[in-house]
Amino acid sequence: MTKDPISPEFRTYLYTCMVRIRKFEEKITALSQESERMRGMQILATGQEAVAAGITAALEPADVIISNHRSHGHLIARGADMKSLMAEIMAKETGVNGGKAGTLHLAIPEINALMTSTVVGAGPPMAVGAAFAQQYRHTGGITVVFFGDGAAAEGSVHEAMNLAGVWKLPVLFVCENNCWAGAQPHDVHCATQHIFKRAVGYDMPGKSVDGNDVEAVYRLAMELMEHCRSGKGPALMETMTYRMRGHGEQDHQHYVDPRELEMWAARCPIRCYGKQLLDEGILDEGRIRSIESDAETEVAASVAFADASPYPQPETALKDVFVQPPIA
Amino acid sequence: MNQKTFGQALNEALAIALELDDTVFVAGEGVGISIHQDPNMPTQGLLQQFGPGRVKDTPVSEAAIAGLAVGASCMGLRPVVEIMFFPFITLASDMLINHAGKLRYMSGGKSSFPLTVRVKAGSGFGAGAQHSHNLEAWLAHCPGLKIVWPSTPQDAKGLLLSAIFDPDPVIVVEDMMLYRMPGDVPAGDIRTPLGKARLASAGTDCTIVAYGSALHTAMKAISPLAEQGICCEVIDLRSLVPLDKVCILESVRKTGRLVVVHESIRFCGFGAELAAMVAEEAFDSLKGPIRRVAAPKIPVPVAPTHEAVFKPGPQDVIQAVRETMGKRALS
Ligand SMILES: Cc1ncc(C[n+]2csc(CCOP(=O)(O)OP(=O)(O)O)c2C)c(N)n1
Repeated sequence: MTKDPISPEFRTYLYTCMVRIRKFEEKITALSQESERMRGMQILATGQEAVAAGITAALEPADVIISNHRSHGHLIARGADMKSLMAEIMAKETGVNGGKAGTLHLAIPEINALMTSTVVGAGPPMAVGAAFAQQYRHTGGITVVFFGDGAAAEGSVHEAMNLAGVWKLPVLFVCENNCWAGAQPHDVHCATQHIFKRAVGYDMPGKSVDGNDVEAVYRLAMELMEHCRSGKGPALMETMTYRMRGHGEQDHQHYVDPRELEMWAARCPIRCYGKQLLDEGILDEGRIRSIESDAETEVAASVAFADASPYPQPETALKDVFVQPPIA
Repeated sequence: MNQKTFGQALNEALAIALELDDTVFVAGEGVGISIHQDPNMPTQGLLQQFGPGRVKDTPVSEAAIAGLAVGASCMGLRPVVEIMFFPFITLASDMLINHAGKLRYMSGGKSSFPLTVRVKAGSGFGAGAQHSHNLEAWLAHCPGLKIVWPSTPQDAKGLLLSAIFDPDPVIVVEDMMLYRMPGDVPAGDIRTPLGKARLASAGTDCTIVAYGSALHTAMKAISPLAEQGICCEVIDLRSLVPLDKVCILESVRKTGRLVVVHESIRFCGFGAELAAMVAEEAFDSLKGPIRRVAAPKIPVPVAPTHEAVFKPGPQDVIQAVRETMGKRALS
């Protein structure tokens, strides 16, 4: 697969990636109705698939990502195994983190998905550390950290951007502006309409992009990552997108104007891209259906695997706090 | 008496405070418009009732929220701010620990910080370690902060009102697992004094001290123990700082035994302070070893099988009481 966005294979990949994420999360939505099977706070990135697919497609294998509470898409796009991901979300022993992470704290270092923090705004300072390690060791890799527009209010985000700016660290700060932070719309929690403009204050390039256009996301990611890779320091990318589900699966968005939801449903990144690829003759109806049914089969297999897996043994609750438990 | 849930009782306290005193305002993430449309949520409906001048949604900015409370209280307002989940108090901790807790002292008593921080706490909802971590011992260690932790709807209302009108910084810990618990709540401006424990059940053989959800765990243990001939006295602490030493010491002097129950980690937990205090001040009356029933020193787990290991249950309390009863329990 060439990463040239005009190659049909690459475009098919981007489309397939988004469909896989969507089907995975739709299944979580359904399972969340059954509290026995799916506990915890399920917080989904439905509608934001183009960001996950477009950004991760621009990454090199050595690059690292750090994610937040809306992580499933980032991780699937980065190459997480769907079975062990689903098992972890269901807190099973066979999950990527042995049932210790659940949906909110998934860490898959083996695919360079270093860390997921659900403490809002905690990702950027850690990204500074990861990028410092890359600079220190001359790995050539960069770190990409995803955070929300709400998170941009936390002091830690500003501190991280400043340090990265001063030390010229290879970090791409990706703000997924999905119009909401909890039940607060952007203008209620953020003093500026555009978060990318803050880049000026930290002497880095900052740009925004239509976050529902996967190819545009990919192209801008390539451009800004090039800046990070060149040793010139960090960059800030703001993707303008929309959270199509509530803050969590318990949230029914009573505070959202239904017309807004309709407007964004019409701008669904998957539907729009699918139509574009159909119009351009890259995909046909049959291929779209097979991409969907393959994704559904993959998701069903992940659920079957998770359902068949046990919860972790009670004794293992005490393990993993330290490498070596202290004496006494 | 009115029947109210714990969450409604808190809501009533906030409404009464806002009504009584226009220096009171409420702020926090989603305290005005919340994702929850649930009458059991403490801030439900306040925005509609009091308007955006008094009930203020903030950005996701715990340091700024706490700083807002410190600065505004120093200017004579009575801020009531919310920290959405207990672990996130770490982000507000500079303002609370280094400023709210110390500035009155450092000013030689000239400055005053009548602020209230409502913190949502508790575990058992599968969210894991970054949403569940009870840090009361950590805060209790810091001078200048008062800490209360209601276990009944009536005290939820009474303690919150006392906190709001107290001249000092008070942390009110709200156990989310109790929000839907019903109970009798007196109408109007009722106050539960800070620093006064409550006798939840009278007994003669062993004193059990608990707070928050753990109080209910302790209460579930007492009838099985009574059936075994052990009559426990249960004290609902209500206020960790200031601490009602007199109540605890009098009870231990009567029963000769102490079991402390909390849902936080045992190691350096608040129970350690209680055990040390009793050992120092009532050693001669002890007839058995002090026992602590608390969580192991691990982050709060996600999996239900692991949560069960973390959270102490009535069976753990029964066992601790039997241990401290020693031979008598076997007879
Ligand atoms: C430090 C901290 N404060 C509060 C929360 C509760 N919380 C979780 S997500 C969220 C809103 C975040 O909004 P944003 O960063 O825009 O991300 P989005 O959910 O919109 O993707 C809040 C307040 C948290 N997890 N961490």
